Amino acid sequence: MRFWRHGWAILLLAYSSLAAAVMEIEIIGAGENQIPIALVPFGGDEKLATEINQVVAGDLQRSGLFRLVDPAGKSPHVVSEVEYADWQVRGADALNIGRVNALPDGRIEVQFRLLDVVKQTDLGGHAVSAAAGQVRAVGHRIADLIYEKLTGDRGVFSTRIAYVNRQSGRYKLIVADSDGYNEQVVLSLGEPIMSPAWSPDGSHLAYVSFENGHAAVYVQSLYTRQRKLIANFEGSNSAPAWAPDGALMALVLTRDGSSQIYLIRPDGTGLRRITFSGAIDTEPHFSPDGQFLLFTSDRGGSAQIYRMAVSGGPAERMTFGGGNNYSPRYRQDGKAFVFSHRENGRFYIATQDFQSGQMELLSAGGWEKKPSYAPNGKLILYASEGRGRGILATVSSDARIKQNMYTQSGDAREPVWGPLP
Amino acid sequence: MKKIVMSVVLVNLLAACASHPPAEAPAPVAEKSAPTAKAAPASATSAQVAVDPLNDPASILAGRSVYYPFDVSAVQEADKPLVQAHGKYLAEHAARKVRLEGNCDERGSNEYNLALGQRRADGVKKMLELSGAQASQLESVSYGEEKPRASAHNEAAWSQNRRTDLNYAK
Repeated sequence: MRFWRHGWAILLLAYSSLAAAVMEIEIIGAGENQIPIALVPFGGDEKLATEINQVVAGDLQRSGLFRLVDPAGKSPHVVSEVEYADWQVRGADALNIGRVNALPDGRIEVQFRLLDVVKQTDLGGHAVSAAAGQVRAVGHRIADLIYEKLTGDRGVFSTRIAYVNRQSGRYKLIVADSDGYNEQVVLSLGEPIMSPAWSPDGSHLAYVSFENGHAAVYVQSLYTRQRKLIANFEGSNSAPAWAPDGALMALVLTRDGSSQIYLIRPDGTGLRRITFSGAIDTEPHFSPDGQFLLFTSDRGGSAQIYRMAVSGGPAERMTFGGGNNYSPRYRQDGKAFVFSHRENGRFYIATQDFQSGQMELLSAGGWEKKPSYAPNGKLILYASEGRGRGILATVSSDARIKQNMYTQSGDAREPVWGPLP
Repeated sequence: MKKIVMSVVLVNLLAACASHPPAEAPAPVAEKSAPTAKAAPASATSAQVAVDPLNDPASILAGRSVYYPFDVSAVQEADKPLVQAHGKYLAEHAARKVRLEGNCDERGSNEYNLALGQRRADGVKKMLELSGAQASQLESVSYGEEKPRASAHNEAAWSQNRRTDLNYAK
């Protein structure tokens, strides 16, 4: 948790020299109760204002919870310039105004204010600043503050995602902003990379690499780029997962026979086996309280989701019915989980509530795998397919809004949403 | 005489197809032709005494892959003679080492497929040991769905990708 306070600023600085790749984002569907909001392009530096406005508008729109109202000729920048009637006529419930300045040292500084058009009240002002070139980071931060104020939930626009890009036999482990922009290559290999997993403080990624000729687990710092080989036993070493306190990990080894779940410390010490099924047990994921693991097992004859205590003991089957289920991950409140469901040759993103035991499909089905929740539990990132390539996609937890993110080239695989900055 | 010629042609065809997965009903053909495969090269041995049977395209050892149905890791009946022949060869050539590389089609999660591929490779390893190979000659690894031989999303591609390769060290 050392980097918690200034995590996002530090990481952005560390990688700022790398160019952002071209992204194309396609949004499908609309939320039920969208908040109509007018984003007035900020006063001050016009170029910066336009760029920031695009990022904020894109973020809010992608969340599915907002509808953008065209300011159409009106451009107040301070409260005294606002005529509420102008915005009531346009159908806006909320209004965002402010100014952006490039400081002499190159830093970007934004002061903005959110107004409730219906109640004609000031919802409060904020100041956001960042180093030169961090325009997108500023936009994401502003979108987070607007989102939090108007929905009551944590914004996740400033978070990051990790995934693997595969192209012509080259595998790149990528960290990017939550909207897929600002791609940074963490590792590039001529052998497969799988299963990236964020440490709870966002400072490290664990992953599986085949650079030693077989699957082995590494932990790598995103700040120093130093990496450590933590499991390299005979056979396969895979499926790393972090406990919420960051002091313990679960992983899967075949060194004693079939794929079984073990606990290990992130420095590679303290290895201890916790499943003894003789079947395939894999894809462990810790509950938010650190007491339980969800995992995939074929111990019942086909791949299904099970739950067990981290301390060991019997496992309880969680998914029933037709088809197979894979890749479970807890929602942050611990009350539900998301997973990949296969039925009749199609893969769906599905969620299941622990209390009701009911499975709900969030997607129309296709080639959809490896889901993970955003830190606020409102969006789910997963691997999909479009235009003949592996792509990233998100779906809102109410299944109403879907977006496909087309990265520049190659296949995007194995995405996982990072923690809050 | 005609029958023998036919068999030899069949064996050669099979050897030529060794890198492809079995077609719809391959098992009977493979089983019937396996015995003649041993007889066929006999006429050639007088001319090529020093040939390592591993390098003989007419030998059953020319086959280096075994194939599986979806989500299955047991060596299928049709492939048992191949695996057993390799086990016997390894028993007779103690210096030889082979890497067993398990692969899967893309259905399932990457991690589940990594586990399944490992189980496929380990199954071949076990059968090789039962046929006389030493554990020290064998290494089993899995590539899961990460190294597909065919990339299309259809059964023709998937059937090629569900396999264990026997990769001899040079």
